[in-house]
Amino acid sequence: MFRRFLIRRVLLGVVVLWLVTLGTFFMFFVAPGDPARTLAGRQATPEQVDLIRRDLGLDRPILVQYGDYMGRLLHGDLGKSYFNGESVGKLVAADLPPTMSLVLGGAVLWFLVGVSAGVLSATRARSLLDRAMTFLALAGVSMPTFVIGLLLLYLLFFQLTKAGLPIFPPDSYVDLSENPAEWARHLILPWITLATVQAATYLRLTRGSMLDVLGEDYIRTARAKGVPERRVIVRHGLRSALTPVVSQLGVDVGTLIGGVVVTESVFGLGGVGQAVVQAFVSSDLPVIMGVVLITAAAVVVANLLVDVAYAFLDARVRLA
Amino acid sequence: MSLLEVKDLTVGFPTADGLVQAVRGLSFSVEPGRTLAIVGESGSGKTVSTQAILGLLPEADISGSALFEGADLLRLDEERLRQIRGSEISVIFQDPLTSLHPLYKVGWQITELIHVHDAGVSRAQARRRAVELLGLVGIPRPDRRVDDYPHQFSGGMRQRAMIAMALALNPKLVVADEPTTALDATVQAQILDLITRLQREFDIALLLITHDLGVVAGVADEVMVMYAGLPVERADRRTIYYRPHHPYTKGLLESIPGSTGVRKGRLRPIPGQPPSMIAVPPGCAFHPRCRYAMPVCAAELPPLARVTGDGDHASACWLPHEAVGLGEEAEAVRLRASGGPA
Ligand SMILES: Nc1ncnc2c1ncn2[C@@H]1O[C@H](COP(=O)(O)OP(=O)(O)OP(=O)(O)O)[C@@H](O)[C@H]1O
Ligand code: SF4
Ligand SMILES: [Mg+2]
Repeated sequence: MFRRFLIRRVLLGVVVLWLVTLGTFFMFFVAPGDPARTLAGRQATPEQVDLIRRDLGLDRPILVQYGDYMGRLLHGDLGKSYFNGESVGKLVAADLPPTMSLVLGGAVLWFLVGVSAGVLSATRARSLLDRAMTFLALAGVSMPTFVIGLLLLYLLFFQLTKAGLPIFPPDSYVDLSENPAEWARHLILPWITLATVQAATYLRLTRGSMLDVLGEDYIRTARAKGVPERRVIVRHGLRSALTPVVSQLGVDVGTLIGGVVVTESVFGLGGVGQAVVQAFVSSDLPVIMGVVLITAAAVVVANLLVDVAYAFLDARVRLA
Repeated sequence: MSLLEVKDLTVGFPTADGLVQAVRGLSFSVEPGRTLAIVGESGSGKTVSTQAILGLLPEADISGSALFEGADLLRLDEERLRQIRGSEISVIFQDPLTSLHPLYKVGWQITELIHVHDAGVSRAQARRRAVELLGLVGIPRPDRRVDDYPHQFSGGMRQRAMIAMALALNPKLVVADEPTTALDATVQAQILDLITRLQREFDIALLLITHDLGVVAGVADEVMVMYAGLPVERADRRTIYYRPHHPYTKGLLESIPGSTGVRKGRLRPIPGQPPSMIAVPPGCAFHPRCRYAMPVCAAELPPLARVTGDGDHASACWLPHEAVGLGEEAEAVRLRASGGPA
């Protein structure tokens, strides 16, 4: 039962990604802009442009080009940039490990903090604690990420270092495979920054969801059965309340990974960004395809994971 | 000694609009193995009064006492009360569609009840008991259906599962809060039969809550009619059916379609709406809707008093005691007392 469900969802994801390649590819050909002409430069003769076009394979029928591209894609090859011949896979993937580390680590943190705070808030609705947390959540949501980032940088990094406690390193990235401890230490500040903003949202989401669920008849049944109150809240209440929260988590993680890859590729340092910006301006098809595909894949995978989590949480999804 | 003896129970909910006086002074008792039916329209305080007793209304202001086997449930500590809930007193709720947890298997919900009351029971033992219980309440193939989720059960089967759960630990008292209201008419009779059959088989006291006097007909030993948070009439079942005194009880009887004991062709619902429980009408709360209302009715609250010559029959109405029954003589007495047809 569960395997069939899983296979169906994976196939669905593959179809979505395929549609994305199709859409991007054909949009590229109807959009204005000619990479061969751009590459050839302003002084080039029509013959030179044709030569370059043939070189890039752009003179062939669209379907053949698409087939060719898909063929290579299935072998994991995202192609090379038209302009500097760099591997697109490498270009895009350079930003993936730090991004994944940042988003996934942050997600674990904000989920744990947000959900526990939300449960506390809901079970003590209208108490002082609830009001305080609602206020903090509001502050957290309304504060822009960079303000929190700067604040943390100032408090935790600058002040601690000044006080002779250099616990947090300045912003940089150490790969997980290199040194897990250093990896985590370097990511803590960004994690906290990300989690502060998101946890606030998750607190409010969990609180609302929990309050709805705690009013359900089956919660009353649990109490009437003599189930201890803590168990009523966690096993009966939170179990149900988590469903919308988990689906939000999938959306957020997917969007963040996709979003950060694009933002970092575009605005990031070290030449990579330049290439991507140029790709969009000068219709560098392989690079555009690569960025779009990776972003789409991040969203698709995140949603797939959410669906799986959903099915675990709720048999009705699995058995439907 | 009564199994459950409730005295002067009041339940209020402080709200932004004012205090909701859901229950305004309720006394009743339930004898071991017997059935007391609490009857009244929606909002009369039936659910609130039983839930208050079981400690399921933490947000309410409660006073009075509720002695269960001599211990006052309203003063027990939370842990002791929790131990009683589900094991010695269990509840069957109105809507089986929403009263079972949608994310857990039916069997799990039964074994959980067993385990929270006795951690020493093994999983296998609890499961065997769950299967046995499901069989007892008439679920076919219980060894298989024990692993079903509630949504795989029909409404009637879910209520059977709720009943199975309620019986799991051999309770002394079962509170059935409108156990058939949410079900199809054909299923209603089956479920009611099941409850009464099991009640007799296991010698359980039953507190049956309903807004339908018709449901009570073949089931209750005693009937208490409630209106606006107060008992208005109390008697054994036959007396309630054939010799009602309170105009509200009479109204309920007349609104039962095709019932026995009521003359055909006189079906009519009670006119008007149940009152606001924040601004309860003074005197007899029923007076704005009563055909026989007299000047005294709006001024003074009629006490729940013995109707002379009728055993334990008690009624809270200013009409003369001779005004019992649905016959013409009684009607004449009522009309004379109230100063002619309204
Ligand atoms: N938590 C609450 N807060 C405020 N008022 C409440 C609350 N619960 C119940 N009430 C009010 O108490 C009164 C009695 O409600 P109760 O549920 O006991 O009625 P009932 O006789 O069981 O009716 P029904 O047939 O609809 O179940 C109603 O007026 C209801 O609005
Ligand atoms: S006391 Fe008066 S108003 Fe109330 S039921 Fe009796 S006759 Fe009617
Ligand atoms: Mg009710």
